[in-house]
Amino acid sequence: MSAVKIFVPLDAAARSVGADETASAIAAEAQRRQIDIELIRNGSRGLLWLEPLVEVEVAGRRYAYGPVQPQDVAGLFAAATAEGSAAQHHPLAHGLTEEIPYLKRQQRLTFARVGITDPRSLSDYLAHGGYRGLAAALELQPHQIVASVSASGLRGRGGAAFPAGIKWKTVLGAAGAQKYIVCNADEGDSGTFSDRMLMEGDPFVLIEGMTIAGLATGATRGYIYLRWEYPDAKRALEAAIQAAYAARYLGENIQGSGACFDLEVRMGAGAYICGEETSLLESLEGKRGQVRFKPPLPAIAGLFGKPTVINNVITFASVPIILERGAEYYQHFGMGRSRGTLPMQLAGNIKRGGLVEIAFGMSLRELLYEYGGGSSSGRPIRAVQVGGPLGAYLPESQFDTPLDYEAFAEIKGMLGHGGIVVFDDRVDMAAQARYAMEFCAIESCGKCTPCRIGSTRGVEVIDRLVAGQNAAEQEILLRDLCETLTYGSLCALGGLTPYPVLSALNHFPEDFVKSERAHASA
Amino acid sequence: MTSPSPRRVIPIKVEPPSSLSAEERASVERACARLKALPGALLPILHAVQEAMGFVPKDSVPLIARELNLSLAEVHGVLSFYHYFRKERGGRHVVHLCRAEACQALGAAALEAHAKRSLGIEFHGTTADGAIRLEPVYCLGNCALGPSLMIDEQLQGRVSAQRFDALMAGTRARVERG
Repeated sequence: MSAVKIFVPLDAAARSVGADETASAIAAEAQRRQIDIELIRNGSRGLLWLEPLVEVEVAGRRYAYGPVQPQDVAGLFAAATAEGSAAQHHPLAHGLTEEIPYLKRQQRLTFARVGITDPRSLSDYLAHGGYRGLAAALELQPHQIVASVSASGLRGRGGAAFPAGIKWKTVLGAAGAQKYIVCNADEGDSGTFSDRMLMEGDPFVLIEGMTIAGLATGATRGYIYLRWEYPDAKRALEAAIQAAYAARYLGENIQGSGACFDLEVRMGAGAYICGEETSLLESLEGKRGQVRFKPPLPAIAGLFGKPTVINNVITFASVPIILERGAEYYQHFGMGRSRGTLPMQLAGNIKRGGLVEIAFGMSLRELLYEYGGGSSSGRPIRAVQVGGPLGAYLPESQFDTPLDYEAFAEIKGMLGHGGIVVFDDRVDMAAQARYAMEFCAIESCGKCTPCRIGSTRGVEVIDRLVAGQNAAEQEILLRDLCETLTYGSLCALGGLTPYPVLSALNHFPEDFVKSERAHASA
Repeated sequence: MTSPSPRRVIPIKVEPPSSLSAEERASVERACARLKALPGALLPILHAVQEAMGFVPKDSVPLIARELNLSLAEVHGVLSFYHYFRKERGGRHVVHLCRAEACQALGAAALEAHAKRSLGIEFHGTTADGAIRLEPVYCLGNCALGPSLMIDEQLQGRVSAQRFDALMAGTRARVERG
């Protein structure tokens, strides 16, 4: 009899709640019972409330159990022995993984392999359709690859949603002996972890996407700029890059095509602003991460002054499937001008937090309640911040907004990188508004005055407003300051900080009134 | 008439003043030698120095500046820009506690207060026994399983006050053993 395959995620989130200990307990228990098992450390399926999620393969199908703590392991083995290998009556059993509604109803294109494969195995990647996008790209001329990415409707998944094809086309058309591909893996938005999950769970797809970008634009060198907070992703990427070099998927003469592409990982050092593309380029050059004036665009004069494609992790990772299945296939998902899928991340006070990759167009409400199951505290959801620390706080009345770039822009919000942070009715929205200004002050690069100084003044004005010192005047001052930040800042940090501040003030004014606050806490 | 002054030798590489021990100095020089050929080498070098010594000493700045042919101001400017680089010694283990919104929604502020009280330090401080340094961090990418913290490079999720105390006790035990 061949070994039973058991999967325990190696993902940092799963490890943060004990996946390593669970894996050790499984190995020890199997040895004690003299059962031959093959323990595979996969990526996370993204059902994070069930982590550590253990899967057992029976007759080629995977059954899920979770959350499995080390003390549950012996009982699971006993149940499997007593009632047959699937142990379907155990309280931690969830049946076939792929039939769990949370997962079954998703449209996993970019995350197709995450949680399924062993992220450290190139052969597993190839066995699950990996590098078919590159194979297709190697048959095409650069302008045809760019045309395919343009036709897919893929827009930058980092937050700004700029059409990827236009960036690529500009770099292709730019003259230059050296061009660069830069991946923005500085995923700093609170409430987001899709980049991390992808890099840890399927690093090869990012490498493949960046290699295709190199072929499309004539760039021969790539950098992944990764935040230091993701050491697990660093290990996964470096191992995958090494494996890709060894198998001639990177380096000279890729797969005998004559094309070459070199790739390395560079670490950030704790600066939120380096998620802004021009700051990131400065940082990669070994400088302070200060925002550059635009123009020139990075596509014309980017890294070391050379034409540079800079895109987010998910953007690059979406490219292989576009090349493999065709632009038409990807384009038919979504709504309006938002094509394809977006991996949404349910975070904060949510019962079933995790990753939900779906086509654009579903309502926020459906995501929060059908997938998320409401708040984890069981209390009413009062506010939801969508799109990271620069995203608006939405009240319940806006939960029917469809997940679409334009629909969110219409309500003065943004989808950003797809992070959704849920707060219950105990949240103090004046404190959240103050935090938004404080965060801007901490993370401002200091280049422009509205952001550098306005954020500190913003904290002070909110403090006076909440303390009831000439409240009416303070509110006028705060709105005026927000207008200065919006129109006077050089980049999105200062420019968008008014989103969380003003949305809190507009939708939850009662939290800013001293008498009502005293009443509420009494 | 005065006699001509003796010829002065001007060294090409001025030795920067340094209070580093010979070992520390060698560690900085090794990092520079290994990485300085990289395009944009300064951040990789600062990371390597911090990894080797636990912080980036002030007196490593002139050494690095000389190796990269940069001004002191340029190196100092980069070192002081990034939150992750620590400028002073302290703490055999570093605990990064998340202060960002998703963790706030799950009680990060209360955990922060508990952490400071139980360790007896503020952010950027080190416990009296030198075991633990506490730093704030803005998102660890564990937003569905907060509140989160990171001990050295190990992420921890769903950290209650009780679990925090257990994690700190475990970290201290590692210090004593280690």
